This record gives sequence, structure tokens and C-alpha cells, in this order.
Amino acid sequence: MSKFKRKTGGGTPVISTASLPDIVFMLLFFFMVATVMREVTYKVKIVVPSATDVRKITHRSLVSYIYVGKPLPRYKNLYGKEAVIQLNDVIAKPSDIPSFVASERSKKNEDDAALLTFSIKSDRDVTMGVISDVKDALREAQAYRVMYSARKGPIGDNLK
Amino acid sequence: MARRSAPEINAGSMADIAFLLLIFFLVTTTMDVNKGIERRLPQKLPPNVAPPPKMQKRNLFIIDINAEDEMLVRGKEMKIGDLKEAAKAFVDNNRTGECSYCHGARDPASSDKPEKAVIALKTNRKTSYKFYLSVQNELGLAYKELRDTYAESVYGKGYADLSRSAKKSVREAYPMIISEAKPIENQ
Repeated sequence: MSKFKRKTGGGTPVISTASLPDIVFMLLFFFMVATVMREVTYKVKIVVPSATDVRKITHRSLVSYIYVGKPLPRYKNLYGKEAVIQLNDVIAKPSDIPSFVASERSKKNEDDAALLTFSIKSDRDVTMGVISDVKDALREAQAYRVMYSARKGPIGDNLK
Repeated sequence: MARRSAPEINAGSMADIAFLLLIFFLVTTTMDVNKGIERRLPQKLPPNVAPPPKMQKRNLFIIDINAEDEMLVRGKEMKIGDLKEAAKAFVDNNRTGECSYCHGARDPASSDKPEKAVIALKTNRKTSYKFYLSVQNELGLAYKELRDTYAESVYGKGYADLSRSAKKSVREAYPMIISEAKPIENQ
């Protein structure tokens, strides 16, 4: 006849999950706003160098990318281990760049084609040989606007 | 007649749907922002055009980078940390005295005026890209600081806050002329 009867069917109380969708939606919207769609699948390893004098690209539609870097480990036996150029989804030679430039220009209307910038997105550890091949090919194709992709940071990061 | 209240829709699966969307966005997007150093490549000369006239040595600021990422500026070895000041002093030198807005030392062995000052960048095919980009960064900063000083004295505000036409006039006061030779092959 105890007064303090143990409650029957105790256990932990159920936590309400009603606000879970709200939290997840919040995360979803954050990622939708803060990220951009992947343009291509990288076949080369790219860690861009740092620079302090960087500008953000304002017109994303007016930029085409040229990727330069060493092939990823799983492509090593296909493309070797020297730095290569990637255009869209394929590994290419410098001599392919003029036709790439032409095809990128043909996708835009005439006014935009003149303003098209080619962003050289290159790994920090490549040598100038392959970069200057790219630049020569761009000059050949009369694409003079270039952008060297970099992330904002002290240049001391590059010299380590 | 009493109206029957609408049956409540079960929102328990809402979280699952949102998670699905969230994971889709996580997989298909990247965080990297598109930033970089903008440059204009020099125009390719047509084959039947005479090469440009030879420049005075004092108007050339030759930066020579070797395969080991060592830098020779006007024949003297230099660390990257000193490059910006050296480039600024060269562009702003004002040997002839024609440039009314320059603050240079008027060194007789340095450039005549900003319009004449040419920075020549020579690299080796084995030079690393990150070092090259660091050099480009320092040169860009040198011009940026000169333009900012000029904009401050003429318009009273920094270059970035100017109107489009004012920016153009500042750029004409300090035109960025960087010439790049074909890299040297390493023997």
C-alpha cells in the first residue's frame, strides 16, 4: 500500500520530430544558395594556387574553362603522369584548343562571344610549359581574355 | 449541419523528401567560387607586319624566372617580397618629367613615363605555375596601388568606387603593359 506507486509503462518520452522537416529544408536552401552545379567531372587533380589580387567572376555565362593538371590516379595508365589539359569532359592536346574556342563561341550570341573569357583552372604544381602551350593556343584562336583561377589567400601559401 | 473538419495530412514523410533533395544538392554541386586573376594576352601579330621598334633599355623591366623559381629582375637577383615595390618604383619613375601625377625618383636609368614602361616577363618551361602566378599577382598589386593613389588624388576615392569612364581614365594614366616572351626550353 505504498503511496508512491511506480508509474506503469514509463520509458523515455517521445521527442517530437515535427520540426525536423523545417531544419532539413533550412539546410537544403543553404546549399542551394551557397553552391554551384558541377560543370564537368574532373579527370585531373586541381588545387588552385593562392593570390591576393583576385576578382570574382561576375557573368558566369561568359566564362569557359580549361583545366590543367596531372591525371587522377585512376587515369594514370591512360594519360600518363605528366600534366595534361582537359576540355569539357575529355583530355585534349593544345592543338585542340582553337576548335574548342570556336565551339564555345558558337554557343553564345555574337555580342557575348566577343566578351567570352577563358578561365585557366590549373593545378598549382604544374610547370609553365603546358600553361604557355595553352596560352599560345588561345592567342592562335584570338581569345585574348584569360583568367588564371586562384583562391584568395597570401601568396606565401604558394611558396611553401 | 455541422461541417466536418478536413482530415489532417500526415507530414511525417516531409523530412524524408527534404533529405532526399538535400542529398541530391550535396552530390551535384560544388562549393568552389570562381575567382582569379584577369589578364589580357598580347595580340598575335600578323606575319607580314614589321616587328615593333626596339625599346630603350631603361623602359624595360625584365623579370627572368629560371627553372628553380629564382628571379632575376633587371639583372639582379630579387625575392618575391621586394618585387611589388621595385615594379612600382619603375613604373612611377618619370625620368622625363612629363608625367605630372607621378611620384617617382626620376632615376635616369629607369622608365620615362608610365605609358612607356614595359614589364617583360620571361619564364622557363620548368618554372612552376604557382611561382608565375605569384609574380603576376605582385605586378597586378603594384599597378593597383599606383592606380589607387592616382584615383585618390584626382577623384578623392579609390579606384574600385569610380564610375566606368573615370576608371578608364585612371587605367590610361597607368596602363598595365606586361609582355611575355615564349618560355625558354630547358636543356
